[in-house]
Amino acid sequence: MADELVLLDFWPSPFGMRVRIALAEKGIKHEYREEDLRNKSALLLQMNPVHKKIPVLIHNGKPVCESLIQVQYIDEVWHDQAPLLPSDPYQRAIARFWADFVDKKIYELGRKIWTTKGEEQEAGKKEFIECLKLLEGELGDKPYFGGENLGYVDVVLVPFYSWFLAYEKCGNFSIEAECPKLIAWAKRCLQKESVSKSLPDQEKVYGFVLQLKKIFGIE
Amino acid sequence: MAEEVKLFGMWASPFSRRVELALKLKGIPYEYIEEDLSNKSPSLLKYNPIHKKVPLLVHKEKPLAESLVILEYLDETWKNNPILPQDPYERAMARFWAKFIDEKLLPTAAKVSHSTGKEQEQGVEEVHQQLKILENELKGKEFFAGQSIGYLDIVAHVLFWFYSAGEASGVNALTTEKFPIIYEWIEKLIKIDAVNECRIPKEKHQDFIRLRRESLKSASK
Repeated sequence: MADELVLLDFWPSPFGMRVRIALAEKGIKHEYREEDLRNKSALLLQMNPVHKKIPVLIHNGKPVCESLIQVQYIDEVWHDQAPLLPSDPYQRAIARFWADFVDKKIYELGRKIWTTKGEEQEAGKKEFIECLKLLEGELGDKPYFGGENLGYVDVVLVPFYSWFLAYEKCGNFSIEAECPKLIAWAKRCLQKESVSKSLPDQEKVYGFVLQLKKIFGIE
Repeated sequence: MAEEVKLFGMWASPFSRRVELALKLKGIPYEYIEEDLSNKSPSLLKYNPIHKKVPLLVHKEKPLAESLVILEYLDETWKNNPILPQDPYERAMARFWAKFIDEKLLPTAAKVSHSTGKEQEQGVEEVHQQLKILENELKGKEFFAGQSIGYLDIVAHVLFWFYSAGEASGVNALTTEKFPIIYEWIEKLIKIDAVNECRIPKEKHQDFIRLRRESLKSASK
C-alpha cells in the first residue's frame, strides 16, 4: 500500500522548512499544501486542534504536529535513507539538546530583532549573536553539525538562514561579520538540493517581514 | 557502579524529580547530588555551562541536560523496562503531549502559583482548559502510556506539584470534581513504589512556594 503523506505548511515558516528538508533528504513523495494563516483550512483545524498551527504532517490520515517531533518521526519511519539522527545514544542526546536550544532561543530572539527597537532590540541582537557563537562552537571544524553529512541539528537550524537578511536589515547589523563560520556552514548546506529547494529566497522573506511590520504597525 | 551515573537535582524541581523517577523505574543505580540553586556548584556550572540548570545527568563523565532529552537517553541506553513506545507514531504522540505539558501547562500553572487577583483567575481558566485537553488522553487507559506507566506518565507526574502549589497559592486548579480521571490516575500512580520515593514532600513544598510568592511580591513593589 502506497504511503499517503500531506504536509500543511506556510512558505516563510522555518518550522515548515525543517520538514521539507527532511522529506527531500530522504526522497519521500508527499503533497505540499500551502495554508493561509489568516484563513486556516478545516483540515488544519481538524488535524491540529490543540495548537492550530503549521506545519502538520499527515501520514495515512494520521497527524503529527510540532516540527522537531515531525523530523524525528520521519527519521524513524524512513530510517534506511539518509539518517538524520546519529546511531549512538549519547550523540543523539547531544543532537536533541542542540535542537532544543535552537527552538528555545533562535526564533524568539530573531523575532525580538524585527519587532522591537532601541534598547530592547540591542539586547536581542546581543543575545542572538551569543547563541549563534555557541552554535559555532558546537559545529567546530566539522562540515555539518551531523559530521560529514547533513544531520538533525543542521535541518533544525538552517531554515533560520532564510530569515537572516530580514534580521540584519531590521537590526542594522551584519551576522556574517560576527559569525563567519556559521554563514559558511549555511552556504555549504544550501549547496544541497534538499536545502536549496526548501528554503525561500532571503529577499522574499525580507519582503514578507516588511509586510508584517506594516500590518502590525511596527516601525 | 553507582558512580557511573550522577544526577544533579533539586528537591522541589518537577523536572529533576522526573529524571529520578525514570532512573528508579529502570533500576539504574545513581548518585544524587542536591544543588542549592542560589549557590550553584562548580560541577554544575562546568557540566551545564549553557543553561546552568538542573536536572543534569552525568554518565561516565559525559554530561546531559534537559529532562526530556535525558529521559530519551536513559531509555536508549538501558533497554530494560522501556518507557517510550516502540511504534514511531505512538512515540510522536507521547513526545507531542510531553511538549504540551512543558511548554503550555507548566508555564500557565507557574503563573497561577505566582500571581494574585485577576491575573491568577485568568491563569486558572487557562489551566482548566489545558488540563481538560490532557485528561482526554487518559480516557479508556490505565495510564497515559497504556496498561503500565511510561514516558508520558513520568513527564505528567509533575501534576502532583499542583496539589501543594494549589494550597500554598490559595487556589486549587486541579480538583477531583473537575478532573476525576486525572485523580484516578494519580491514585494509581501513588501505589507504585518508585513514584512515592520521588514525591516532593508536601509541607516543605508549600513553605517553599509561599516563600517564593512573598519574594515575588516584595520584588514587584
